[in-house]
Amino acid sequence: MIRITTSDRYNITPLMSFMTNVAALGAGILAISLIFLAAGVNPLYAVSQIFIESFGSVYGIKETITKAIPLILIGAGLTLAFRAKFWNIGAEGQLLMGAIFATWTAQHLGNALPSAVIVPLIFTAGFIGGALWGIIPAILKIKYAINEVITTLMLNYICAEFLTMLIVGPWKGKTRFGFPGTDPLPDAAILGVLPGSRIHYATLILAIVCSVGLCVLIYKTRFGYETRVVGENPDAGKYAGIDFLKTNLILMAISGGLAGFAGVGEVAGIHHYLGYPASVSSGYGFTAIIVAWLAKLNPLFAIVSGLFFAGIIVGGDAIQISLGLPAATVEIVNGTLLIFLIMGDYFLYNKVQLCWSRA
Amino acid sequence: MEAIIISTIQRTMVAGTPLLLATTGEIICERAGILNLGVEGVMAIGAVTAFIVTMTTGHPWLGVLAAMAAGFAVSLIHAFTSVTLQANQVVSGLALTMLGLGLSGMMGKPYVGRPLAVKMDDVAIPFLSDLPWIGKAFFHQSPFLYLAIVLAIGAWFFLERTRMGIQIRSTGENPKATETQGVNVALIRYACVLVGGVFSALAGAHLSISYSSSWVEGMTAGRGWIAIALTIFALWNPGRAIFASFIFGGIFVLQYLLQPLGISPNFLAMLPYLSTLIILLGISLKDPRRLNAPAWLGAAYKRGER
Repeated sequence: MIRITTSDRYNITPLMSFMTNVAALGAGILAISLIFLAAGVNPLYAVSQIFIESFGSVYGIKETITKAIPLILIGAGLTLAFRAKFWNIGAEGQLLMGAIFATWTAQHLGNALPSAVIVPLIFTAGFIGGALWGIIPAILKIKYAINEVITTLMLNYICAEFLTMLIVGPWKGKTRFGFPGTDPLPDAAILGVLPGSRIHYATLILAIVCSVGLCVLIYKTRFGYETRVVGENPDAGKYAGIDFLKTNLILMAISGGLAGFAGVGEVAGIHHYLGYPASVSSGYGFTAIIVAWLAKLNPLFAIVSGLFFAGIIVGGDAIQISLGLPAATVEIVNGTLLIFLIMGDYFLYNKVQLCWSRA
Repeated sequence: MEAIIISTIQRTMVAGTPLLLATTGEIICERAGILNLGVEGVMAIGAVTAFIVTMTTGHPWLGVLAAMAAGFAVSLIHAFTSVTLQANQVVSGLALTMLGLGLSGMMGKPYVGRPLAVKMDDVAIPFLSDLPWIGKAFFHQSPFLYLAIVLAIGAWFFLERTRMGIQIRSTGENPKATETQGVNVALIRYACVLVGGVFSALAGAHLSISYSSSWVEGMTAGRGWIAIALTIFALWNPGRAIFASFIFGGIFVLQYLLQPLGISPNFLAMLPYLSTLIILLGISLKDPRRLNAPAWLGAAYKRGER
C-alpha cells in the first residue's frame, strides 16, 4: 500500500529553487510534446527546432536578444508589483501608452533637437506614459477597492483602441498611402542597433540596469522592504504605519514605467513608426508575467528568464512557419510552461513523500 | 421605429447571453472561494469544440455536449493547481487562459473561414412568441438565451436557498469552520470550479454555433474578462447577474447603433471596457463595502492549518 504524505519544507536553498524550475520546465516540455504529437507534428523535431532556431545560430541569438529586451524590462517591473501582490496584468497597455507618448515626443521635437537630447527625452516620455497608465489601477485598488486584475486588463483594451483611433485618425501618416500608421519617426529619434542585428543596445543596457537597480531596490531599501510587507503581511504593514497608497503608487509607476520603456524600444528601435497595437507588441506584457514567475520574482533573474522566453518566441515563430503550425503555438507553449512552473512550486514548498506501509 | 426597437432588444439579449452564462459560472466558482481567471480561455475552448463537433456531425446539440465536456476537462487543470496544489490562483487562471486561447487556435486552424451548414436554430416559445412587441424580442430566441436565464435563476436558488448552497458559500467565507461541520471543502471547491468551467464553455458554444456560425481565432474578444468584472458588478449574486449581463449586452449593441452617427468605431469598441471601469467605480463610490468578495476568495485552503 502506498501512501502520500506531505509536510512543509522550511529550508529552501537557491539550488533547490533552481532545480525545481528546471524539472518543471522539463515536465512542461514533455506535455507540450504530447500536444505537438496530437497535432500531427513530430514532437522531438519540433521541440529541438524551437531551441535550435533561437539559440543555435548567430542570427537566432541576435533575434532572441532583440525580443528579450521588452521581456526583461516588463518582467523585472512585474517582479516588484507581484511582490506586493499587485497583479498587474496590464503591462501590454502600459507598453502601448509608453509607445504613444514616445511617438508624440519624437514627432514634435525630433526634427529640432540632436539625437543626444531627443533619445533620453523619448525614454522619459515613454516612462511617464507607462507610469500614468499604471497608477490608475493603483488608485482604483487602494482608494476604491476595485480589483486590479480587472482594471489593468480593461485598460489594455482601452489603450489598444485609443492607439488605433490615433493611427487611423489624427496621427495617420501622409507617407503611408492610406494604410493606418504614423509617418516614420525623425532620424534623430531612431535608436542605434548593433551592426548586422536588430538589437537596439540603448534599450538593452537600460533593461539590464533596471533589473540590477530593482534588485537593489527590493532587497536593500526601506521601500523594497515595505513592498514585501504589503504583499506578505498587509495587516502587519498597517500596524507598522506603511502608507499603502504611496507604496502602491510608486511600485506601479515603476512597473508601468518599465513597460513604457519597452514600448519606446519597440517603436524607436524596431518599427520606427507607430502601427497597429498587435504589431507594436506581440503580447510581451503577458509573456512577461511568466518571465517574472520563472525568475521567482527576483528582477535579476528576469534577465535569464527573459532570454529563455524570448527564445521560445523566436523558435516558436520559426517552427510555426516551417511546420505549418498556427500562430497560437507560442501561446500554448507559454501557457503549458506556466502551469508546470506553478505546479513545481508545490513540490518546492512541500515535502512530498511516498510511504510504503503494510496495511 | 417599432422594428428598430424590437431588433435592438433582440440583439441585446443575444449579446448578453454568453456574458450571463460565463458570469453565472464564475459566481458559483467564486462563492466557493476560488478565483478563476481562465474564463476567457475556457470560453475559447468551448467555442472551438462546439464548432468542430457541430460541423463534423451536423448536430448542434452534440456540439454543445462536447463543449461542456471540453470545458470540464480544461477546468480540471485549474481545480487541481488551486485546490490540490494550493497554487496561486491568479497565475494559474492566467495560465489557463493562455493555454485555452492557444489550444483553441491550434484546434480551429483547419476550420477558419468555413461556415457552419447547420447552426443552432432559434426557438419560438408557443403562444408567448405570438405576443405583440415582446413576443419577437424575448420569446423567439436562441435556446442558449433560455438556458442562460434558467441556469442563472437555478444557480440563485441553489446558492441562496439550499443546504448545499450554504455549504458552498461558507466554503468561500470560512473553509476552516465549514470543514469542522464535516463538509468536504476540497470536493466542493473542485465541483464549483468544474461547473464554472462548463458554464464558460457553454458561453463559448453560443458564440460559435448560435451567435455567429463560423470560427475565428480570438472570437471571444475579452468577453471572459468582462464576465469576471460582471461577477463583481452582480455582487456575486446570479439573480443580479441577469440584469448586469443584459446591460452589457446593450452596451455591445450600442456600438452598432451609434456607428452611423459618425463616432469613431474605435471609441465605440472601447465602450464595454470603459463601462466596466465606470460601473465598478460607481458601486465603490456608493458603498465600497458592497465590493466585498467572499472572504477566502483567492486564498488556498490547507487542511489542518491554524
